[in-house]
Amino acid sequence: MVNDPRLPEPLSWDTFQQGLWKENPVFVMLLGLCPVLAVTNNAMNALAMGLATTFVLICSGVLVSLLRKVIPKQVRIASYIIIIATFVTIVDYAIQAISLDLYKALGAFIQLIVVNCIILGRAEAYASKNTIVNASVNALGMGVGFTFALLCLGGVREVFGSGSLFGFSLFAPSFQPWSIFVLPPGGFFVLAFWLFLFSVIKERRKAAAQLKQEAGNAS
Amino acid sequence: MQADSLTFIFLNAFIINNFVLAMFLGLCPFLGVSAKLKTAWNMGLAVIFVMLVSSTCAYAINTLLVRYNLEFLRLICYIAVIASSVQLVEMAIKKLSPALFRMLGIFLPLITTNCAILGLALFQTNREYNFTQCLAFSVGAGAGFTLALMLMAGLREKLELADVPDVTKGAALSLTLAGLLSLAFMGFAGLGGQ
Amino acid sequence: MSGQETSKQPARPRSSSLIIALTAISMTSGLLVVLAFQLTLPRINLNKQRALERAVFTVLPESTVRKNYYLDTDGLTLLPDDSFAQANVYAGYNDQGTFTGMAIEGSARGYQDIVKVLYGYSFENQSIVGMTVLQSSETPGLGDKVETDPEFLANFIQLDARLNDASSALANPIVTVKRGKKIHPWQIDGISGATVTSKAIGAALRDSAGQMLPLLVKYESSLERTIPISKGHE
Repeated sequence: MVNDPRLPEPLSWDTFQQGLWKENPVFVMLLGLCPVLAVTNNAMNALAMGLATTFVLICSGVLVSLLRKVIPKQVRIASYIIIIATFVTIVDYAIQAISLDLYKALGAFIQLIVVNCIILGRAEAYASKNTIVNASVNALGMGVGFTFALLCLGGVREVFGSGSLFGFSLFAPSFQPWSIFVLPPGGFFVLAFWLFLFSVIKERRKAAAQLKQEAGNAS
Repeated sequence: MQADSLTFIFLNAFIINNFVLAMFLGLCPFLGVSAKLKTAWNMGLAVIFVMLVSSTCAYAINTLLVRYNLEFLRLICYIAVIASSVQLVEMAIKKLSPALFRMLGIFLPLITTNCAILGLALFQTNREYNFTQCLAFSVGAGAGFTLALMLMAGLREKLELADVPDVTKGAALSLTLAGLLSLAFMGFAGLGGQ
Repeated sequence: MSGQETSKQPARPRSSSLIIALTAISMTSGLLVVLAFQLTLPRINLNKQRALERAVFTVLPESTVRKNYYLDTDGLTLLPDDSFAQANVYAGYNDQGTFTGMAIEGSARGYQDIVKVLYGYSFENQSIVGMTVLQSSETPGLGDKVETDPEFLANFIQLDARLNDASSALANPIVTVKRGKKIHPWQIDGISGATVTSKAIGAALRDSAGQMLPLLVKYESSLERTIPISKGHE
C-alpha cells in the first residue's frame, strides 16, 4: 500500500508523529480549546474526553478517506459535518452506557466534539486527500497528541486542586487543596503556564542551534 | 429568586456562569477576534443575533423530534439546521440591508462553527427550558459573550504598547488575561442567591 | 456512481447528483446512529435506573424496592416500573413489601448554579428522613461540603415537616440557620463556609415540601401501602 503511486504522501513515522509534537493541536495550533479547558478539572475526565475525541477523529478520518472519491466537492463540508456528528452521537451513547457518572461530569462537552475544529480540520486537510491507512494513522497521532495535552492539564489541575491523581490521594490528609485549580480560572492559568513553558523550551533550542551554527562558522 | 425565573436565567448566562469565562464556550473567536474594540463589538452583535436565531430553530426542532421520538437524531439535526439557518440569514441580510451586512457580514460564517452556538442549543435542551426561557438564555449568553470579548479587547489594546518578555507574547499572555478576567467574574457567583 | 463522475470533471455538477450524494450520506449516518442507539439503549436505561435507585434508597433508609408515581394537582398515579423518566415522586418499600416513605425532588438556586436534591418523606413521623444532592456545581472544597459533611447530613435524619391543621402548607417552614443555632426540629444547622449552598438546600426542601406534601397527603389513598414481594424470603 505504501508504494501505491496515487499516494500523495507515503506512510511514514512522520504521519503519526506530526500530531504529537510538531503540530500538536492544543499546544501548537491552539485548536479545540473549549473541551481542553472545560473538562480537565481531573485526569479521569481528561482521559475520557481525549479517548472520545480520538475515536471520532479516527472513525471520521477513515470514512472521509473511504468516500473521498464519491463525495462531490461542493457538498464536502456538509458531508463531513454529518459524518462527524454521526460518530459523536455514537460516542455520546457509548459513554452513557459505560458510566452515567462520567457522562454527567463531561456533560454537553461530548456533543460539542462536533464543533471541535481539529476534527473538521483533519477531515478537510488530510483525510480527504489520503488513503485510509494514512488517514487513520494521522488521526491516531492527532488524537494521541490531543489526549496528551488534555492529560497535561487535567493532571496538574487535579494534583493541585484536589490533591489526587486519577482519584487516588497523593498527599497527607492535612494537605489543603488549592481549589482555584479546578475552577475555571485555574484552567486558563494552567494552559497559559504550559504554553509559556513550551515557548521557553523553543527559545532555548533556537538559541542553542544559533550558537552551534556560529561556532561552526567561526571554526 | 425563583430558580427558573427569566431574570435568573439571563443573569446566569450573562455574568454568573459567563459562556466564555466560566463555561469555556466560544474560545476561538474570544482569542482570535479580540484585538480591536470595534471589531469585538460587531462580532458580539453578530453572535447575539445568531444565538437568537439558532436558539429558536433548536427549540422548534427539539419539539418536533420529541413528538416523533427521534431524540437520537438531535445532534445531527441541530448542527445541520444551525449551519443552514445562519447561511439563510446571511443571504437575507445581504439582500435587505447592505449596511448591516457590511457590519456583521464577515463574522457570520465564522460563527457557524462556534461552539457557543451549538453549546447554547444543547444546554437549553438539557435544562428543558420553555420558549421564553430559551430566548432569555440566548440573549444572556450572547450579551455575556460580547461583554467578555470587549473586556478582553480593551485589555489587549492597552497591552499593545506594554513591554512584556518575548516568551510570554501571544497566546500565553492572552490566556493569563482570560484567567484573571475569569477570576474576577467568580465574584458574581451567589448573585441573587438565597 | 454519479458522484464519482462529477469529481472527475471540473465543470459544475448537476444539483441532482449533489442531492443524491448528500442523501446517501445522511441515510448511512442515520442508520449508524439508530444502530448505536438500539445497541446501547438497554444499558443506558439500566444505568439510569441504578443511579436513581441508589439515590432513592439513600434517602429512604431500609428501602429495597421502588415504585414510580406521578403527582400533580389532579392526583397521584402509579406508573409502570420502567417508565421512571416520567415519574416525579418515588415510593419506597422495605423487603417485607411495606411502604417506607416517599422520595421527592427539589431544587433551588445555589452559589454557582441550580442545586437539585432528592429527599425522603416519612408519613409516620411526618418528617424528612434523608437527603442527597442529585446535581450541583458548587465550589469544590467549600460549597460541595453539603454532600459530604456528616454533621450537616445529620440534619436530615429527622427534619420536622409537619403540615398545618388544614393540610395546605408546612406548619413550620424549613429554614437553614447558622451552625450551632438550631433549636427547633424544622431548622437545618448550616455549614460555615458553605452558607449559600446550605441555605439553598433549605430553600429547595421548603419550596418542594410546601408544594408537594399537601398534595401527597390529599391523595394518600391512591398510594399502595403494601406490595407483593416477588423474590420473597425463605
